Amino acid sequence: MSEAKSRSSAFIEARDRATDYLVRRHYLRWTEALPWLVAVACFFLFPNRMTFGSQVLIMIMFALSLDLILGYAGIVTLGHAAFFGIGAYTVALASLRLGWSEPISGLAAAGVIAACVGVVVGWFILRYRGLTLLMLTIAFAAMLQESGNLRSDLTGGYDGLPGLMFDPLLGTFQYDLYGHTNFWYALAALAVVFYFVRRLVYSPFGQTLTGIRENVRRMHAIGSPVHLRLVTVYAISAGIAGVAGALFTQTNAYVTLTVFDFDSSAKVMVMLILGGTGRLYGPFLGAAVYMVLEDYFSKMSPTFWQFGIGILLVLTVLFARRGLLGLAEDIGGMRWGGRAADAAPRRLVWKPEHWKALGASAFDGGVLGFLVGFAVNMGHAELMTAYVTGLPAQVAVFTLGGAAIGAGINAFYLLLTSRSAVEGQAS
Amino acid sequence: MPQFANIAVSILFDGLAYAMFLFITAVGLSVTMGLMGFVNLAHGAFAMAGGFIVVSLTRSYGIDFIPSLIIASVTIGLVSVRFEKRLYRRLYKSTDLEQVLLTIGLAFMAIAAFTYFYGPIPKSVPLPHWLEGDVNLGFRRFPTYRAFLIGLGTVLIAILWFVFEKTNIGAKIRAAVDNRRMAESVGINVDRLFTLTFAVGSGLAALGGGLAIQLFGLTPSFAVLYLVLFLIVVAVGGLGSLKGTLLAALVIGIIDTGGKYAFPVAGNLFIYAITALVLLIKPTGFYGRE
Repeated sequence: MSEAKSRSSAFIEARDRATDYLVRRHYLRWTEALPWLVAVACFFLFPNRMTFGSQVLIMIMFALSLDLILGYAGIVTLGHAAFFGIGAYTVALASLRLGWSEPISGLAAAGVIAACVGVVVGWFILRYRGLTLLMLTIAFAAMLQESGNLRSDLTGGYDGLPGLMFDPLLGTFQYDLYGHTNFWYALAALAVVFYFVRRLVYSPFGQTLTGIRENVRRMHAIGSPVHLRLVTVYAISAGIAGVAGALFTQTNAYVTLTVFDFDSSAKVMVMLILGGTGRLYGPFLGAAVYMVLEDYFSKMSPTFWQFGIGILLVLTVLFARRGLLGLAEDIGGMRWGGRAADAAPRRLVWKPEHWKALGASAFDGGVLGFLVGFAVNMGHAELMTAYVTGLPAQVAVFTLGGAAIGAGINAFYLLLTSRSAVEGQAS
Repeated sequence: MPQFANIAVSILFDGLAYAMFLFITAVGLSVTMGLMGFVNLAHGAFAMAGGFIVVSLTRSYGIDFIPSLIIASVTIGLVSVRFEKRLYRRLYKSTDLEQVLLTIGLAFMAIAAFTYFYGPIPKSVPLPHWLEGDVNLGFRRFPTYRAFLIGLGTVLIAILWFVFEKTNIGAKIRAAVDNRRMAESVGINVDRLFTLTFAVGSGLAALGGGLAIQLFGLTPSFAVLYLVLFLIVVAVGGLGSLKGTLLAALVIGIIDTGGKYAFPVAGNLFIYAITALVLLIKPTGFYGRE
């Protein structure tokens, strides 16, 4: 009897904690002011880099739109640049062909048009998943780009539409050379969009999306109109991407068909993944870090930067699947939660399979070194169009070096993951 | 011969050669995706790497074109096994998104590395004499290289068909594509099967990359430029289906060649339109399973 009672009170307590969480989770926390303070601080710290600053804000908005469908609803797309491009061309063409140069109403129009296209496209393609969906999104963006090129008399093709003019903001603020007006304009637009997205993801509608992402069959079973929900969020996301695209055109006064590039879709996804998906501030961190790194490294060497993106992606997938924000949380958790374990001495229990792992790493390192050695030699030979001597020696050095590095990394990894004495006995 | 028929034959011939290239390069992707559901966007990078090995072997080391092709595809096939064991294996049970990101990351790294070593300018290879010029096929003359491509493609299709339909390994692969769990429960080692098909598929991709040099010229960005095309062939044909991949390669190859001849400004619009149409009507592709 008493056991049953205590169980039920524990149940009530647990339920209260659960409901508490649901009631409180959308409350504003003080940390949420940080990104905005940083943005304002950047304005005063780097007043000469504000053209770049507004580009960062635009990419944050674009990544935020992707987060809504990818992070919350689980729709994998490699063609989101389609809607960014639609928004970008809406304001460009409206200004150039219709003489509609008022910026804020232009943003709204771009958002509405992109959202309408999103409804139609989403209605057709969101019935599919996996590779089919991926291919359909790629095909849609590519078709828009090719049709744009077909009507290059209208769109300017890959040469673009330069020298677009827009009316002063709110009829009073002129655009300046340093992009100060543009920065505040982009920041204000981002704040409005962010407020909307935040409301959305904490609403019951946002909760349905997470449900669909986690278990679509169960959502069907409890009677949720899955397709309708997905199309709705797809359209909203398309609209936001359209607004970001329109801002892009307005702040650059220039647009080309490259906005529809596959690279552009892939880039925004990388930003989002880097920051962390399915969280509101992932796009902020991801886009800012990516843009700053790109600005720095691609000036140094575009090739080097491309290699950097590749490594960033591989490392993120292998070691930080929840992005930089997730990584920060993990490190924070380690510091506060892992103290007792850290205090205990580490002990590595050597097992036969460790030899095997070490050997495999050395082998892979060797293979990689062998290939790099060959590539270096071939590359030299190719550039000088002559056979470079010393091939065997060079390849041998690279192979042995690679093997040593591979084994070294493996040994380091073993030490790193070796359990502390206390934990080791427990497991 | 009347003008129209002449043009039609040319388009058919070029389209066929193009289709053979698409088939050889994409078939490995189709089978590995069908087996493991693994989205391998680095497939184009394997093809590109194979192409550059051929370039170096022929131009810098003076090896003939055909032996270079064989060396390149065997090397890439062996190297891909290590990639599979090291990196891909960890992600079999992950989401599509993580697989896409890892493999596209690898593709970016490959492009950057090859650009560093070879530069961004398109490369060509010296062909043996018997592959240059035209060949007379009775009623008219055709470029020898494309005829060679069609012949090689036909032979490879015959071999693959034989392996797939008539041998024990082929039966195992088909069983695993149809129902992986069932195949495992009757004692087929699907992991090992996958490693094998992955190696063969990557080797074929390298072969396709080597063959493509003469058709398009080889640059490091080949890895991503043609990747979308391979994915289209795979998706339109149906995952894991040899027949489907061949049919899709033929449809895409011939229609693209014809479309570019008739409306050069439209670019790849035809390909994407066909893809969207086929996938909207039959989302699993021509011969894919529900």
